[in-house]
Formats: sequence, C-alpha cells, structure tokens
Amino acid sequence: MVAEWFYQLHQNNPLLLGFIRVLFVIVAILALVPPLIWWERRLLSWMQDRIGPNRSGTITVPDNFPLKGLAGKQIRTFGLIQPLLDGVKLFFKEDITPTAIDRKIFFIAPALALFPAFTIAATLPWGPNYGLYGILTPIADVEIGVLYVLAMSSLGAYGIVLAGYASNNKYSLMGGLRASAQLISYELAMAMAVACVVMAAGSMKLTTVVNAQEAPLWGGIPALQNWFILTPFGFISAVIFLIAVIAETNRAPFDLPEAENELIAGYHTEYSSMKFAVFFMGEYAAMFIFGGVFAALFLGGYNILPINWNYLYETSGNGFFRMLHNANYWLAPLVFLGKCFGGITFFVWLRATLPRLRYDQLMNLGWKSLLPLGVANFFVVGLWIVGTEMYGVSGGWAAAIAAMVIAFILYLNILSISKKGAPATTKRTVTMVNTPASRTVTMVDPVQAETP
Amino acid sequence: MTLNQVAFIILAVFALLGSIGVVFLKSPVRAALALVANFFTLGLVYFMLGSEMIGISQIMVYAGAIMVLFLFVIMILRSKNPEEDSSVFKDRRLVFGFLGIGAMVALIYAFVIQPTRELYGANFDRTYGTPQAIGKVFFTQYVYPFEVISVLLLLGVVGSIMLAKRKF
Repeated sequence: MVAEWFYQLHQNNPLLLGFIRVLFVIVAILALVPPLIWWERRLLSWMQDRIGPNRSGTITVPDNFPLKGLAGKQIRTFGLIQPLLDGVKLFFKEDITPTAIDRKIFFIAPALALFPAFTIAATLPWGPNYGLYGILTPIADVEIGVLYVLAMSSLGAYGIVLAGYASNNKYSLMGGLRASAQLISYELAMAMAVACVVMAAGSMKLTTVVNAQEAPLWGGIPALQNWFILTPFGFISAVIFLIAVIAETNRAPFDLPEAENELIAGYHTEYSSMKFAVFFMGEYAAMFIFGGVFAALFLGGYNILPINWNYLYETSGNGFFRMLHNANYWLAPLVFLGKCFGGITFFVWLRATLPRLRYDQLMNLGWKSLLPLGVANFFVVGLWIVGTEMYGVSGGWAAAIAAMVIAFILYLNILSISKKGAPATTKRTVTMVNTPASRTVTMVDPVQAETP
Repeated sequence: MTLNQVAFIILAVFALLGSIGVVFLKSPVRAALALVANFFTLGLVYFMLGSEMIGISQIMVYAGAIMVLFLFVIMILRSKNPEEDSSVFKDRRLVFGFLGIGAMVALIYAFVIQPTRELYGANFDRTYGTPQAIGKVFFTQYVYPFEVISVLLLLGVVGSIMLAKRKF
C-alpha cells in the first residue's frame, strides 16, 4: 500500500521523502492557482450581478455523434478553463521590455514576488502531526515556525519595491513605495496578533499551535476544541491578523500599490507577458498560503469542526464518534484545503464589499487602531495566562475580563487625547482664484477649421 | 562530500558573491540588494548549523531592515548617477588593496580560525539556541540588560517621533 511505502521511505530514504513532501506542497499551489483565479472572477461577478467568464470550454457535441444521449447537446464547464487560456495567452504575448530600465533587477523582481508564498508554505501543517500525515507534513517543522512566516512575508516587499524601482516609471515607483510603507506599517500589527497566539499556545511551532487548539474550549469544556478564534483574545487577534494579511498581500481594500485610477497599474505597469503573470500568480499563491496560515493559527488547522471526537468516544463509548475521529484524521488535507479556499472567499467578498482606502486612512487604521489594539490584546493574553497559572481557569477569566475593561478604558482615553489636538483633516477649504483668462477667447467656426 | 557540505558550499558561494557585490557594484540599489542576498544566505547557513533562532533573527532583522535602506537610496540618491571615483587614493590603489587584503587575512585568522579551532567538533544539546532556551535566559539571567535595551529602543522611537513632529 501507499502508506506502507511512505513509512519505508521514512525509514530508508528520508531524502526522497523530503522531495516528495516539497512536491506535494509546490504542485498543490501551482495546480490550485488557476482554479482560484476562476473562483475569484466568478464569485466577484456573481456578487456584482454580472456573469463573468462562462463561455470558454463549452463543447457542442455534433448531431451525428454515435452516443445518442449526447448528440446535439452542449457540455458546459462554466468557464473553468478560462484561467488556463489566459495563461496561454500571456505566455504567447509579446514580452515588452522598456529600454531605460535597470535590466537585471527588472528580471529578478517577479521571482522575488513569487518567493514568499512558496517559502511560507514550507511550515504549513496540512495534516495531523502523527501517523501517516506526520511524516508527510509539514516540509520542515521548525521551532520558529511563526517567526519564519513573519520574516518571509516581510521579504515579500522586496519584489514589489524592486519592480517599482527598476521600471524607471514614476507610477511604478510610487506603487512600490506605497507597498513598502503599507507592509512596514501592517507588519507590526500582524506580529502583535501572532504573538498573542504564540503566548497562548506556548510555542512558535505551527504543529504545536494546531495541537494546542485541540485542548478543551476555554479551559473548561472538554467536548469542544479551543480554536483560538473562539476565545475572546484570539478573536481580536484573528481580526487584526486578517486585516494585516489583506494589507500584506496588497488585496482590495488595501490595493493602493496598484490603484488603477491613480497609478495605472502600480508597480507592475511596465511588466507584460509572462513576467506580469508571475506577479499575478505570486499574489494568488500568497492569498492561498496566508489562508492556510490563518487556518493553522486560528481555525484549528486541519480539524473539521471544533469538537473533540475522541473525548466523546471515550466518555460515551459510541463507535460513531470513533468513526468521526478517524474521518477527521483522513480528511485532514481536504479540510485544510477547504479552509484555505474559505480564506480566499473571504478576501473576494471583502474586495466586492469595501471601497479602496485613502492613504491617510490606511496609515491611521494601521498605526492608531490595529497596533494599540494588538498591544492591549497582548497584555490581556499575558494576564489571562498568569491568572490561569495562579488561580485556575476562573482566575484566568477574571484577569482577562479585568484586563479587557482596563484596556478599553485606556483606549478610549488615548482616543480622546489624540482627537483633541489633531488637525482637522475632515474640513478642507479650497480657495478658487478667479482670474480672467490671459488670452482673449476666439470662437472658431468648426466647418472652416476642418476645411482649410 | 556529504550533502551538508554541498549545501554549505552553495550557500557560502552566494554569501561571498553577495558581500563582494556590496563593495563593487556601482548602483546603490544593486549594492543594497547584494547585501540582502548576503544576509539571507548567512541566515540559511545558521539554519544549516541547527540554530534556527539566530538564522531567523538574521533574516528578519538584517535582511528585512535593508528595506529601509532601499527606501533611503531611492528617495535620496535616485537622481544622482554613481560618480566615478575621483578620490586621492586612485593612484595608490595597489598599495591600499594589498593592505586591505592583509588586514582581512589577519582578522580572519585572529577572529575566525583561531577561536573555532577549539570549537570544532564540540557538541551542543538539541535545546541549545531554541526560542524557549533563549527566552528563558533573557527573562532570568539577562533580564536587566534586556529591559535596559528595550527602554533604549523605546527612547529611540519616541525621539524619532519628537524630531519628526515638532509642533510644541
């Protein structure tokens, strides 16, 4: 059987098994990017009351087809192969390279934009860390998993900034600079959100974080799992993390680096053909992978529902729960994939719902709202842990609620202070200078102007 | 030759190329990019040695922070072309080159080869350099310097805001 072959490989040839582990992830990402693009386009068009790509791949069977049931019918694929055709089109398009560019950096930049998504995928546990999946996932279960994710995602800015710089185009450069400012601002909030999870889980290893979410809910309900999104502090950090991820992947409503009404296409204005496709792919792969990171950190990783099937089996003795426990184990990759897709669906939903932020709104949200909220949340988690260690579960809850109240009052205080002295950005006056035109206006007869 | 050695040689070549590029590339952006490559590959070398924490700190702190250097280069130096070296040392390039290489060899001998001679083959236990171990040391043995440094960094942040927003 396949499972035994993997176990033998684990014993005899760990190097080959390592390659297989890498292949699983890379092939999954590469194969899933086209369906993701299709899914985004169709979902977005459905939300905006359009139709979207639905024509490509429709096969009309001829009337004299031997199978009578199929003859004269149309087989629809709902435009599923549209992304593939787009890929072929991009591949055969002329690759325009502007003359006044920094040629080497221009070529390196798309590769750098693709790089973070694939590297982050190396620590994602897409299955349980025991049994067969234990030897197949993740590629490297490093001690510093969460830090690794943060570090690699911060390197993602290089691709965009270098693309903007190398294009030798003002719009591209502004897009790149915007991207870098956005990434630097939202990284802090993201790190604070993730730090709360790390404190609660007691480890930076992603597998340990997932396992910590299988503990009893709120420390007291053993039938349910303690997914961090279900805990109060975890919910707050999940919201912060999601917003920061959207900013990090340059998706709407944070897609200022490619705001088409201001910057043409932003940092990839000068890119065409396959190089543009690589940027596009990098964005979607990053969305997909960050959906996975979100699932691992907050949504209990591969678990299908926040229910401890094994606990139910042991208390009730019902074999049905045992079966569900096994199903939960074997369906793990599919469930994880489903959660990644769920993350992307959320991204698309946001894109359809929210208008693009202004630059000052973006900075205010990052520095004045998300970062203080993250820090306050960090203190709440710390107090909750101390309370639990000293006075048990109820003590922890009391400490957490007290800390939350204090943090909220402090936040209101700070808000009132910052509002008092702030310049009125909402009120703007425009003085129109009404000077007469320097040249007298002469009327031109259109008929005479056309025929000299 | 083991796989570890092969990986090390590849990484070392890239790190060396990067550090040479920092010095010799004319364009400041390319030089900064070479610095990123150097720091990144050094981080990977730390990974190979099994000290993931130091490696990721290297990548996060150094390779990530060069982003800011990039921005400085783009915003301040962009309009200027890299100037041809018109320094007074142009005709004495050979002498200073030899002096520099000599100093480098001496430094490598004194600070790299000599101390690592005794270290070679030393075995550390698996928990050495893990985040848990480092955190424990930070908050017990070195808690005083650690807190002082954090206050210093806070002062830096506050000071930069003060300088940027002089409105009182």
